[in-house]
Amino acid sequence: MKFILLTGRTLGQGRSKEIGKLSDEYAKNVAICEFDPEDLKSLQISLGQNVRVTTKHGTVVVKAALSTQAPHRGLIFMPYGPWTSMICDPETHQTGMPSLKGIEAEATPAPEEKVLTIRELVAHISGGK
Amino acid sequence: MVEKTIRDVVCTFCGCCCDNLEVKVKDERVVSLRNGCALSMSKFLNYDRERLLASMQRKEGEFEEIKFEDAVNRTASILVNAKYPILYGWSLTSCEAIEMGVELAELVGGVIDNTTTTCHGPSILGVHDIGESTCTLGEVRHRADLIVYWGCNPVHAHPQHMLRYSVQSIGRFRKGRKDRKLIVVDVRKTDTAKQADYFIQVAPNQDYELLCALRTAVKGDEIEQNSVAGVPVETLEEIADLMINCEFGIVFFGLGLTMTVGKSRNIDAALSLVRELNNKTKFLIMPMRGHFNVTGANQVTAWQTGYPFAVDFSKGYPRYNPGDTSAVDILTRGECDAALVVASDPVSNFPVAASRHLSRVPLVTVDPHITPTTLASDIVIPSSFVGIETAGTVYRMDGVPLLARKLVEPPAGLRSDEEILNAILRRTRELKGVA
Repeated sequence: MKFILLTGRTLGQGRSKEIGKLSDEYAKNVAICEFDPEDLKSLQISLGQNVRVTTKHGTVVVKAALSTQAPHRGLIFMPYGPWTSMICDPETHQTGMPSLKGIEAEATPAPEEKVLTIRELVAHISGGK
Repeated sequence: MVEKTIRDVVCTFCGCCCDNLEVKVKDERVVSLRNGCALSMSKFLNYDRERLLASMQRKEGEFEEIKFEDAVNRTASILVNAKYPILYGWSLTSCEAIEMGVELAELVGGVIDNTTTTCHGPSILGVHDIGESTCTLGEVRHRADLIVYWGCNPVHAHPQHMLRYSVQSIGRFRKGRKDRKLIVVDVRKTDTAKQADYFIQVAPNQDYELLCALRTAVKGDEIEQNSVAGVPVETLEEIADLMINCEFGIVFFGLGLTMTVGKSRNIDAALSLVRELNNKTKFLIMPMRGHFNVTGANQVTAWQTGYPFAVDFSKGYPRYNPGDTSAVDILTRGECDAALVVASDPVSNFPVAASRHLSRVPLVTVDPHITPTTLASDIVIPSSFVGIETAGTVYRMDGVPLLARKLVEPPAGLRSDEEILNAILRRTRELKGVA
């Protein structure tokens, strides 16, 4: 199903990054994709189920979460962090600012797939440096 | 050891820099906090988790401890031997440290960029184009009767902003929520929007159209549409009337304008709307700055080089051309051949196309915490926390400088960013044969 992806800050993201980016708390708050309740029903995804979010810049598996800032049918929201950065648009349109909100994305249920840990993500990005 | 309470502590989390925290310390540890929000509570009570406690270098894929002096020596060598190094970060440290970073960038002929580049860089570009009517947060607290939050969600990102500085604050001439109106413009009905008197749900990526239409309505011209960006024209006209008829209004805007389609042009439109409103009443505008000293990073870089971010010294003099000399662009094009990251975590926050190159060049990171960026580094130098373990100057989002104080001693052997950069600077001068 196609969506517009927003990324941004949340209280949970801000609090948990101070607890530590390797902590379970951080992954629980940041490796998520928030859906409007109606969209979640249409996709037949249950809360906490793994979901694959894909843009033309990359793809990542995170956990589905219910948005507390609804209604926003057709929009999905992911907190800033290394999972979200896997799918963001680096194009800055000559401003220096990549496009981190308003990106076309597709979300599909991914019950068999795994959410990568921070260390696995870093290894993926750095080519196992 | 006796517990002591330190009052009027400046919070070093977001750009609000609230200066009313009461911190209890015992045995060189923060044990409790009053007057803080959820974010500052989390920072002050957890800052010593996942700490880096020794300098390290990567050897055959694994980190090994090295002496501080060796880490400094290797860092200076990497920077001196690079043709186009980038020095990035800076918004979570003091102005004093940033000042040294600028000097180092000039010395090695590199680029210095700060996290503005991925938050309010487009806002600064907009201000270059249009100019800005602004004020301090104190003026908003005492005088504003109309607050607009556009593309920002302070309940989550700046939790004390509404209470201390805007709608709920008790000022001299406005005594709280009943004396003020709140308009929120967002693509979602956020927790901030739920508190609004007027919530405008704008269609994604259409803020520019909405800002221009609102400006048209403020001018009194006719809008030849039924709706703009998903908002009925009658609603737009009602909001325009509300804006025109306030005594002191302000637009606080966030990354909902800077990161979406239009970017700096959205800011041009917002600044132009405010300029138009000043033909009818008093209206101001201010970006909601994220990190506690990102404003300071702009201030220091601007007063030292003439430019607020994305400054390139590769020709021996400062050049500024965001889109060309900015971190994400340089990294995505694969141009830099070394990097020094101070007080930031770009591997977490840059699009992967940029962080992939960053993690594949010789990378040195100075940070108090283990982060994805330190995990991808070749050299890591641990630092102390500004505003907890070391003092330093920081700038609040409205450009008011504040002194962030030292509350406790850092763990043994840890130095401040300022001391670390001073050591790198000294060694770099020696290697380059500069007095």
